[in-house]
Amino acid sequence: MENELKVPTMAELTAAGQQPEVLFWVGCAGSFDDRAKKITKAFVKILNKAKVSFAVLGTEESCTGDPAKRSGNEFLFQMQAVTNIEVLNAYEVKKVVTACPHCFNTLKNEYPGLGGKYEVVHHTQFLKQLLEEGRITMEGGRFKGKKITFHDPCYLGRANNVYEAPRELIQKLDAELVEMKNCKKKGLCCGAGGAQMFKEPEKGDKDINIERTEQALETKPDIIAAGCPFCNTMMTDGIKNKEKESEVAVLDIAELIAKAEDL
Amino acid sequence: MDYIPNIVFAIVLFLGIGYFARNVKKLSRNIKLGKDVDTSDNKSQRWNNMVRIALGQTKMVVRPIPGILHIIVYLGFIIINIEVLEIIIDGLLGTHRVFSFMGGFYSFLIASFEVLAVMVIVAVVLFWIRRNLIKLKRFLNPEMKGWPKKDGNLILYIELVLMLLFLTMNAADFQLQQMDAANYTKAGAFPVSQYIATFFQGLPISTLILIERTAWWAHILGILMFLNYLYYSKHLHILLAFPNTYYGKLRPKGQLDNLEAVTKEVQLMMDPSADPFAAADENAPEPEKFGASDVMDLKWVQLMNAYTCTECGRCTSECPANITGKQLSPRKIMMDTRDRLEEVGKNIDANKGVFVPDGKQLLGDYISHEELWACTSCNACVEACPVSIDPLSIIMDMRQYLVMEQSAAPSDLNNMMGNIENNGAPWPFNQMDRLNWSKEA
Repeated sequence: MENELKVPTMAELTAAGQQPEVLFWVGCAGSFDDRAKKITKAFVKILNKAKVSFAVLGTEESCTGDPAKRSGNEFLFQMQAVTNIEVLNAYEVKKVVTACPHCFNTLKNEYPGLGGKYEVVHHTQFLKQLLEEGRITMEGGRFKGKKITFHDPCYLGRANNVYEAPRELIQKLDAELVEMKNCKKKGLCCGAGGAQMFKEPEKGDKDINIERTEQALETKPDIIAAGCPFCNTMMTDGIKNKEKESEVAVLDIAELIAKAEDL
Repeated sequence: MDYIPNIVFAIVLFLGIGYFARNVKKLSRNIKLGKDVDTSDNKSQRWNNMVRIALGQTKMVVRPIPGILHIIVYLGFIIINIEVLEIIIDGLLGTHRVFSFMGGFYSFLIASFEVLAVMVIVAVVLFWIRRNLIKLKRFLNPEMKGWPKKDGNLILYIELVLMLLFLTMNAADFQLQQMDAANYTKAGAFPVSQYIATFFQGLPISTLILIERTAWWAHILGILMFLNYLYYSKHLHILLAFPNTYYGKLRPKGQLDNLEAVTKEVQLMMDPSADPFAAADENAPEPEKFGASDVMDLKWVQLMNAYTCTECGRCTSECPANITGKQLSPRKIMMDTRDRLEEVGKNIDANKGVFVPDGKQLLGDYISHEELWACTSCNACVEACPVSIDPLSIIMDMRQYLVMEQSAAPSDLNNMMGNIENNGAPWPFNQMDRLNWSKEA
């Protein structure tokens, strides 16, 4: 098994008297959703290749409480938050990276007020930093000339003003970055936020992910790049609905980089 | 007898401003029905936002056509007010064009007012066309039917009439100046109204004075009426945009408040030394209601947001739920909040300063559950608002009430929350399986 992933847990490292550089917060989608697990693995492959000292909480991780909070259940959110913060603080975690913008937003903005103060970065920001520090190199060959459009996750973009890190990574792939009619600050939601992922939509003319997929398809992309497991699901469903899955791939930025590196 | 116009003017001015002040007091009382919130932080950032967003109109020009037209009307409104100052002084003292001692600069001022007045007329006509002929989608949403549509047009008509009166007044004055009429000393430059004055050629001085005086009085009366119309219309934004941008949200848009009342409860639940069998403190205050079902449960900034909204609909036109035909419209959330707050205010007025429950509330009677549950919390509405209104915060507060006070979440969400409670994930997977992915090929 040459490709076996090295995924140390905080418990193991602590037992060995080690403290990792960064905690990788996997998130519920990244842990359980079949599609999102591929993103998690791609990101870990990059971390392994770059020899980043990281760890995960593994079975000690629990939902950040984001969907509960956005549903209006502040009790459940704070119970989750306080429990997670106890675990994170017990391991003296300083820096957290996550591939889920919802976890990112909650950990970064809503945990500090409850006693959980960490440096929190989204995986695209972390990857960009690795690239700048020369810890990963990117050969764009595989994606050279491919048209890639980036779907801004609301909780990364508007919610936290991160627009450039994912775009810089795409450009490093020598790909042609094409923007949708609604992008960056005006990016259109995929339809999953605010706990919509877990319920049927209210009745209307069409589903939000179809609207967004149509905007993406207008750019005639080869790949729709995403930076959020929920956006990924919504856009993938949209592409299936349009029967374009043989022409257009929906891939996370981490997957693009892992593929470019043949990981 | 000579003093009668001055006295009448003083009375009119007093009544006009006095009635407006009365409404401002009412407005302020209604806003204060909201819960207190500490906004004493980051003063320099707040001033900066106000100067940039309200004074500088930076978010208006995100959409260039209405943005530039709006800046013209806004500049016209502010600059032409210098002329209103002169009119008030003239009215009170019985002078005529009291600022004319400024000579060349006065001519420059009057000339620029005239040019601005024409630009405002053009902008207002284009705005009217956008609202009534072009059929822009955001002016056709259901919440814009009836009064809101009339209100929008009425404001345009008033602005148009005020500008025309201003130019007519100047035209008659210019003609009188040409005829060396007594009291009409040569002052000012009239690059626009001199052309209107050609229609007045041949009229006797007495008729011209009648035209000039009528236009003068109608103009100032119109302004006082417009001032008093503000409170009854969507147009309060011309005043409230400034405090609203000052008190707007400073933290990242994605950050929602953590409810303090809940934090206390959660701390108690997690405290191993807390006595689970302790008798409840009899003197303890009634536990705070979670979330919002009516306007009094919202914070005062949210209520000011509601009064500030001028129903432009940029929020709604960017809302993913609304774009795809759902009932939710962030603009309607703001309009409903304002309308309910007005209803509560009237109730208080009618009941000697005390609110008598009327069997109604914001939730259900104004805003439906369906609207609230259609929100994706994407912040597009918050980003789109040119005056820092936050419709999302009201939606979230009302969801809190639905879930924590009424357990009235959609069943899918109840399942999701049950899963988080039981196994720490929104789906029914065992927490012990969280790391299984690392062993899968």
